[in-house]
Amino acid sequence: MAFAAESTKERNEAASGLAAPAVIVEAVHKSFGNQHVLDGISLTVARGKTLAMLGRSGTGKSVLLRLIIGLEKPDTGSLQVLGRSLAGLTLDELGEVRLKMGFLFQNGALYDSMSVGENVAFPLRHHRHGLSNAEIVDRVKQLLDEVGMSRHLEKMPASLSGGMRKRVGLARALALDPEILLLDEPTAGLDPISSGEIDDLVLKLKTERKMTSVVVTHDMHSARTIADRLALLNHGRVAIEGTFDDLKQSQDPFVVEFLKHS
Amino acid sequence: MSSPGLTAAAGASPLEPEQKTFAQPAGPGLIFGFFEWFGDLGVFLWRVARAAVTPPYEWGELVRQLDETGAMSLPLVVMAGTAIGVVLSMEARYSLSRFGAKSLFPATLVYSVIQVMGPIITGLVVAGRVGAGIGAELASMKVTEQIDAIEASALNPYRFLAAPRILACILMLPLLTLAADISALMMGWVAQALVEPLSFRQFIDAGFAAAKFSAFLPPTFKTCVYGFIIGSIACFNGMRTRGGAEGVGRSATSSVVLGSLFVILADVVLVKFILVVFP
Repeated sequence: MAFAAESTKERNEAASGLAAPAVIVEAVHKSFGNQHVLDGISLTVARGKTLAMLGRSGTGKSVLLRLIIGLEKPDTGSLQVLGRSLAGLTLDELGEVRLKMGFLFQNGALYDSMSVGENVAFPLRHHRHGLSNAEIVDRVKQLLDEVGMSRHLEKMPASLSGGMRKRVGLARALALDPEILLLDEPTAGLDPISSGEIDDLVLKLKTERKMTSVVVTHDMHSARTIADRLALLNHGRVAIEGTFDDLKQSQDPFVVEFLKHS
Repeated sequence: MSSPGLTAAAGASPLEPEQKTFAQPAGPGLIFGFFEWFGDLGVFLWRVARAAVTPPYEWGELVRQLDETGAMSLPLVVMAGTAIGVVLSMEARYSLSRFGAKSLFPATLVYSVIQVMGPIITGLVVAGRVGAGIGAELASMKVTEQIDAIEASALNPYRFLAAPRILACILMLPLLTLAADISALMMGWVAQALVEPLSFRQFIDAGFAAAKFSAFLPPTFKTCVYGFIIGSIACFNGMRTRGGAEGVGRSATSSVVLGSLFVILADVVLVKFILVVFP
């Protein structure tokens, strides 16, 4: 398949040092009990590019994101992030890799004992020891401004809507200026305007900061807007990977069916 | 730095499988579940120990937990001590009177409070209040992915969450025990003085007359072990929670039940140990 060949080509380029992909997922299997979620999945995400992962619910998209940031461990197969294999890393070593990644959880995962501002400041206070309190406050305001939440600095997470929590979660994910951004359904539950603002932000991060993004989404419009490549997952494998036009031209019955309902 | 104990931490095996409690083993049998639970607890404690002794140290979080465990538990512990002091005073007076040994009342009260009742009552009260609090808090953080968010922020949750809570329990239990002892003795004396005239000075002099200072140190400091048990079990249960609100409730309950049970079992061992080592 042309897309698989391209994926292999990118991996070969990485091996020869011509290009260093941000993320390489190689033949990864992952099960939870009797449930086989990922079935030998392989993917490559080039630096500075955005990959959107699509597929039916329960096909392992979010699990793959968690594997990339090391929150889950593959049963078999390997993962490399920014040229570093995740296999056998200690929590502290994994922390060094995670410092270069930002993760937006599906429901925001805000710390409910902290205000919005404290949530965004949390990674800065623990990893940017050189910053003064005033600098941290300025940075927090700037991040919240980027996601349209600067007016809600003092609010507690419990008083926020689902969409607002997600936007604060995105600001927190961007706090350490990561090289890779992992987004788990960033636009789900958002109104069209907020959804468009998140898309614009991801595009801006790609253009201005050359940020690599891996986005799990069911929103085809969003995927088409922000992603350079799309990967459609089915039964724990990549059914097809390529540009939106590649997907549109596919004759694969699953791809045709999926696009018909998107 | 390579630490074998943490090597498998990506994916954190003892925290990730479906929740299995000691009371409800999910393995093929009770014995399997029993050993699996203790095995997971051992791995968890090893990770906490490794995280606790390596920098960076979470001093701010430790201070917050000292306040949460110590200051917030103080009123409850004092009230429990007060009640125990009054009950012991009434029971001791009645029993000693029957045997014509009323003169032994102060010493009986002092020994029974400081060596037996103060430590165990404090342990059980803290197991209830702090054990449930830690278990529910961490369980709630786990099911809402807040612990994952801490990990994703490149922080070690064993260092940031578990170590300060366990250490706070270890440090605060002896101090809370002293508070329980003092309130129990004070109210024990008041209960006695209301019935028969007995000055506080007489009560203290008679109570501590035959006692050595060292006789009171081991029973007070054995509560450090209680603190370790309460904090460890609550953090362990909380951080491996699965299953939404039901899982949170299950973790809080099992933290209290198992914490209290192991405190009582530890008391049996520690009393024997103290009698042998400090005869």
